[in-house]
Amino acid sequence: MMAHGNERTGRTMRTRPTGLPAWLVQRASAVYMLVFLIGVLGLAVLYPLHSYAEWKSWVARPTVTVAIALFFAALLSHMWVGLRDVLLDYARPASLRQALLWVVALGLCAAGLAMAWLLVLQQV
Amino acid sequence: MKNISPTHLIRPQPVFLNLLRIRMPVGAITSILHRITGVLLALGVPLGMVLLWHSLGSEEGFAQVQALLHQSVFQAVVVVLVWALAHHVLAGLRHMLTDINIGSTLHIARRSAWSVNVAAVAVALLALWGLS
Repeated sequence: MMAHGNERTGRTMRTRPTGLPAWLVQRASAVYMLVFLIGVLGLAVLYPLHSYAEWKSWVARPTVTVAIALFFAALLSHMWVGLRDVLLDYARPASLRQALLWVVALGLCAAGLAMAWLLVLQQV
Repeated sequence: MKNISPTHLIRPQPVFLNLLRIRMPVGAITSILHRITGVLLALGVPLGMVLLWHSLGSEEGFAQVQALLHQSVFQAVVVVLVWALAHHVLAGLRHMLTDINIGSTLHIARRSAWSVNVAAVAVALLALWGLS
């Protein structure tokens, strides 16, 4: 038990969330994304969009923009927990694992910033 | 200290990691595919983001993304991603139902695992039919 604790504090990168928070993040984000995807699919079938203007004005509606922003927040946190699990299971040696965790973390942050910027652009 | 554990009495465990010859139960296949489809979807996400960005950027960008949907290489990618999404969502739902103790008996778990594997392929075939 002691050795385990020392091992954990000796880690070079905090890869939170772990344990129960990660379990919750994974499920809450999954449920939101599922509701969002069903909603978007339903709307696409009921009210198909054909022109660029229609598409742009639909995305710019405040409720839609917020729903999309939440979707990306859910998607990127879901991806972090999932990809982190995969890397912790398979990436060897530890130095490569750390490097890959950083690549994924930075990539997800960059993707989040890009999507936030894209949504802000729709409002101006 | 002398090692007193009786490990020398136990025959060494066979190391047998030929995945093609290990007979995996159907639940194991559903489970590993949940992982593989998760990684596939993660690869598809940047593509989706670029397309979203492009389609909102300009009239021409929107037209280009629409035109892409008629290209067979892109359609193949879409069908694979639809299969991955269907499998990942269905296996995830199965997993969450198991969390609250629905369908966790072996008999039902095996049946739902088969259903997930088959239904995901069916959804992909439906997408293929819809695109062509």
